[in-house]
Amino acid sequence: MDASTRTPTLSHNPRILAERETKIVAHDVNVYYGEKHAIKDLSIDIPDRAVSAFIGPSGCGKSTFLRSINRMNDTIPSCRVTGDILVDGKNIYDRDLDVVQLRARVGMVFQKPNPFPKSIFENVAYGPRIHGIAKSKADLEEIVVSSLKKASLFDEVKDRLDHSGTSLSGGQQQRLCIARAIAVNPEIILMDEPCSALDPIASARIEELIDEIRQNYCIIIVTHSMQQAARVSQLTAFFHLGDLVEFGDTDEMFTTPKDKRTQDYITGRFG
Amino acid sequence: MSTVYFLIVVVLVLTAYFLGARKASGAVAGGRGEWHSLPAYHGLFSASAVFIPMLALYAIMAPLAASYIDSAALSQFDPALVAEPLQRGALMRDASALAAGQYAGAPTPELQAAANSLNSTRVVTSWLILIIGCLAGLGAMQYARTRISPAFRARNSFEQITTIVLLACSAVAVLTTIGIVFSVLFETLRFFSKVSPIDFLFGLQWSPQTAIRADQVGSSGAFGIVPLVAGTFLITFIAMLIAAPTGLFAAIYMAEYASPKIRSIIKPILEILAGVPTVVLGFFAALTVAPLIRGWGEQFGLTVASESALAAGIVMGMMIIPFVSSLSDDVINAVPQALRDGSYAMGATKSETIKRVVLPAALPGIVSAMMLAMSRAVGETMIVVMAAGLAANLTLNPLEAVTTFTVQIKTILVGDQEFDSAKTLSAFALGFVLFFFTLILNFIALRVVQRYREQYD
Repeated sequence: MDASTRTPTLSHNPRILAERETKIVAHDVNVYYGEKHAIKDLSIDIPDRAVSAFIGPSGCGKSTFLRSINRMNDTIPSCRVTGDILVDGKNIYDRDLDVVQLRARVGMVFQKPNPFPKSIFENVAYGPRIHGIAKSKADLEEIVVSSLKKASLFDEVKDRLDHSGTSLSGGQQQRLCIARAIAVNPEIILMDEPCSALDPIASARIEELIDEIRQNYCIIIVTHSMQQAARVSQLTAFFHLGDLVEFGDTDEMFTTPKDKRTQDYITGRFG
Repeated sequence: MSTVYFLIVVVLVLTAYFLGARKASGAVAGGRGEWHSLPAYHGLFSASAVFIPMLALYAIMAPLAASYIDSAALSQFDPALVAEPLQRGALMRDASALAAGQYAGAPTPELQAAANSLNSTRVVTSWLILIIGCLAGLGAMQYARTRISPAFRARNSFEQITTIVLLACSAVAVLTTIGIVFSVLFETLRFFSKVSPIDFLFGLQWSPQTAIRADQVGSSGAFGIVPLVAGTFLITFIAMLIAAPTGLFAAIYMAEYASPKIRSIIKPILEILAGVPTVVLGFFAALTVAPLIRGWGEQFGLTVASESALAAGIVMGMMIIPFVSSLSDDVINAVPQALRDGSYAMGATKSETIKRVVLPAALPGIVSAMMLAMSRAVGETMIVVMAAGLAANLTLNPLEAVTTFTVQIKTILVGDQEFDSAKTLSAFALGFVLFFFTLILNFIALRVVQRYREQYD
């Protein structure tokens, strides 16, 4: 199947999709919150080993779609999802899919850093423990240290792994949350405005971190900052009122948007 | 007369408010320009300037007047008679009755003089209070009026007055507690002058009957509280054994699993259980639960006392379930949703999330809920009075009758008492120890919460 036939809202074929394997395929996805139609007939292909950014004005459905990819919307009773979302060709809304295993493969980082009220070590060890990933205590320590290193937090916390995760600064907490997500070896990492609660310097560190780890994961980041999308992502999707308006290579999207609405948004005419 | 006084207070306060507000707003006619505060604040400032001194003066003068009235009346009698407290009380009652025209017999000349003195001093003192109060109020009103000017910051001054009034109200609660502690403490010290604290705290026998007359037999009195401590803690332990898991699991169900509809049904019902008067729970324990337990026990060939610790403990446990569940439900709900989301997003199941994230985060609150429930159980009286019995057995067997602090206090203080016998005074010592226990429990609960509370901004 060709990407463009499934994604009619696309105005051009992302170059990058041709270069990389497709990780996530969404087809005719509709999401409803009770009566509210939050996402309308969305179809999109998301590549592996790259950063895709979702941008758009508040309430456009970008976070909703993000939360459909690891089925976090299941926790909202009024939420209903139709259509197909395939990860590695397997529909995640199939009846026989184990949502717990899905979420182990699809990590998530939230808008506000939400470390557990446990030690830094226990925060990172949380996922490996519940999924039984570590074979031994040494193994677990190894996983924790390497996850903290990947999240470029290890050097700052190596002497106080037993301190509470909530004692860290906001930016460190967010990197701890990224380390926590990495620790279970996910294939996909969803980031829901991961820098919106952070100061510019902490945000810059998160962006650097995203850039460092993107070779190994399929990363999707929802952001309100178009500069951030331009800096960290290879692909950008623009959402508006529940529609996916445009999806393409980031540099093209910001220089030559095809849709009038995209152009208006990125030039700051609304949003 | 005090009614008149307070009517005058109301009138003066209202007058002060309107005069103050009018002076401020009248002067404003030319435009609000330089006035710092709105007229209402000038009015409020004037009103409180009148109200507070008038109230304070009354609070000081009324008791002074009362003691002056008494001493003036008593000075009519023979000083030797007045020295004896009981005699003094009787004389004052007679004099008041005569003054009110309700004395039956023929009054002695001294009594008549005392009654006359009562009547006249009462009139004089109440007029005096009225006049002083009114002068103070008018003076304060005048003072407040002179303060009113464009530069006067009535708004800020009123803010300070508000703070002081609120502080005074909370001081009332604190002072009451201190007062209770000291009143119990003094009686306790009197008790310890009769019974040694060592015997009291470590004695293994409790039998508070003391001889009232010298020729009475078999009432030597033994004041060792160990059996009471054992009984109290046995019953509390049984109660917590029932209430802690049940209450906690009910709270988890309500906070995490129940749909809003079910929750809206269960929570009020649990709160009704908390509102059942303990007297009712008491006879439920004594008439329903205790015979039931004895019946079961007999089937297994056990000897069960008809007033067993088990029956009282079970019903007390049921009483405190709502405390545990309601408080725990609140703290579990206070755990931010973001933490649950974080755990779910890691692929944790619901019960893993509750066990590993929600409960640890809520633990300080849950511990303090348990402690508060426990101090309720320790201090609970009616259920144990009815269901636990009076026998001060030193036992840990829940099938025997035991007795608790509260039961003994109630038993000692019901009926006619001699207030200088060791038996009566022992009730205060028991009360003091009980107060100390619950204080420690509450203190631990507070410390746990402060120490381990997570700050979720």
